[in-house]
Amino acid sequence: MAKYVLHRLVVSALVMLGISAVVYFMLHLVSDSPGRIVLGQRVSPEAVAAFDHQHGFDRPVVVQYLDYLGRLLHGDLGRSYKLNENVSTLIAQNAGRSAMLSLAGLVLALAVAVPLGILQAVRRNGPLDRAATAVSYMLYATPSFLLGLVLIAVFSQQAGLFPAEASQSHSPWAVFTDPRAMTLPVITLAAGSVAVFAQHQRSSALDQLGQDYIRVARAKGLRERQILTRHLLRNACMPLITLVGTLVPTLLAGNVIVESLFNYPGLGLLFLNSLQREDYPLLLAYTLMGGLLTVVGNFLADVMVAAADRRIEVGR
Amino acid sequence: MRRHPLALAGGLLLLLVVGFCVLGPLLHPTNQNDVDLVNAALPPGGEHPLGTDTNGFDVLGRLMNGGRVSLQISLLAALVATTIGTLYGAVAGLAGGVVDGFMMRLVDVMLSIPFLFFVLILSARFHADALSLSLVIGGFSWLLSARLVRGEVLTLRVREFVLAARVMGASRWRVILTHLVPNALGVIIVTVTFQVADAIIVVSALGFLGFGLTYPTADWGSQLASGVTYISADYWWLVYPVGACIILTVLALNLLADALRDAIGRPTSARS
Repeated sequence: MAKYVLHRLVVSALVMLGISAVVYFMLHLVSDSPGRIVLGQRVSPEAVAAFDHQHGFDRPVVVQYLDYLGRLLHGDLGRSYKLNENVSTLIAQNAGRSAMLSLAGLVLALAVAVPLGILQAVRRNGPLDRAATAVSYMLYATPSFLLGLVLIAVFSQQAGLFPAEASQSHSPWAVFTDPRAMTLPVITLAAGSVAVFAQHQRSSALDQLGQDYIRVARAKGLRERQILTRHLLRNACMPLITLVGTLVPTLLAGNVIVESLFNYPGLGLLFLNSLQREDYPLLLAYTLMGGLLTVVGNFLADVMVAAADRRIEVGR
Repeated sequence: MRRHPLALAGGLLLLLVVGFCVLGPLLHPTNQNDVDLVNAALPPGGEHPLGTDTNGFDVLGRLMNGGRVSLQISLLAALVATTIGTLYGAVAGLAGGVVDGFMMRLVDVMLSIPFLFFVLILSARFHADALSLSLVIGGFSWLLSARLVRGEVLTLRVREFVLAARVMGASRWRVILTHLVPNALGVIIVTVTFQVADAIIVVSALGFLGFGLTYPTADWGSQLASGVTYISADYWWLVYPVGACIILTVLALNLLADALRDAIGRPTSARS
């Protein structure tokens, strides 16, 4: 096990290094010179060149990248071009709120999808299964902002049950302190994942239901409920763990859309505003963070699956 | 087909959507060029079956035009993605060893980067038109097809007909293009279909976030995005018809892709 974890750790570190290189060079390729962005369009080329020289932006891009990497390892994400603030400070201010939103969405999605998928598998081709599959297809085909809009139109503007805007509180705990304002954003975020998770859970539960250990459990005379919770659940959840790990980029993209739709001040909104301001240090940091989260997500998923299923170590 | 009623439904629905977008303007010709503020924001009825938008454009006609733009972008993006992915996967699978290892780790790296971020950054920097948008989306979504095709090639490359071709002295590219790719075609077609569906969603998300096509060209996404502004003004006909168009098209494509996947009998989940 330790050897497998170590192996995955080294691979993850290499992938992370690759991500930082790809993102850095691509952003460098598309962005104007920092001097031009910071000083504005009306400043003479000489002033821009002087600014770039003073801050070392005229060095070869590889040198700049290594320099950035070195500072990154010391926790220095650079300074925002436009907000006169360290990128790490800005991210720290917003990360908690975004994380809580994502987490609440993920927990809700799993809490609905796991039992639903298993139930669908058990009652395969029954009315519930068909209805849930149909709804999943519909949800999957619906852009999340459209779903959010319909929710706002129905539950906020017509029924008046929930506010149309997410909580504007600066605390990351808004999901708990202001649940009414956070209901619609969390549901919007969770809905798309529910569709994907439930269908995966259904097919993996179907695979497991055909296995011998389930037949043995039935032959022993265990109650159906016990078979499902004690035997099936653990085995049927494995593919889902991996799926959640690989879906991190999709979940983060969902955050950008939901935060923009409900005006929730988190990292996604910060990212969108930075896009308009051409604030590349922020864009770079957020994209790298997304990559890091994905790598960590994949790593944790692999280790968790390996911990639950010892055969994987042998296969490696 | 008869054994797959859902596939049939998906296919018919797709035909309907394409017919609506391509032939529709012939049956319902509208002026989509001149602003007509006198007739702005009319509710559905009479001359305008789906009303007019806030610039006085006929919504039904606009849906047809926007659908054509959306379908064009998505199809082109999917073709770009699949071409790159197929060739990349085939080369990696055929090469094997260190080259394969390096090429697939690069795919891992790219897959870990939230791709919407990049598309957003690029379309914010360069004002997007239909062509550049499809190239950008296609250029970032070939990764999964590369993986799938590589897997397919790994099983194909040790089969007799490939070995025979190589023994006869066929070049690598000849083996890839005339032997491997045609045999991986089933997998490829399924991925294209899924990717068109995904691209429609991505394009509409870009439109919503304000980084889609620039006015007056409008795909469904940017139409929906501009309609959204008026949802509290009760202009429902600016939101729900275009929303329904997006959902139905993506639904049709997904149904079709799922059925095709069953038909070729391989687990090719482009949905990871």
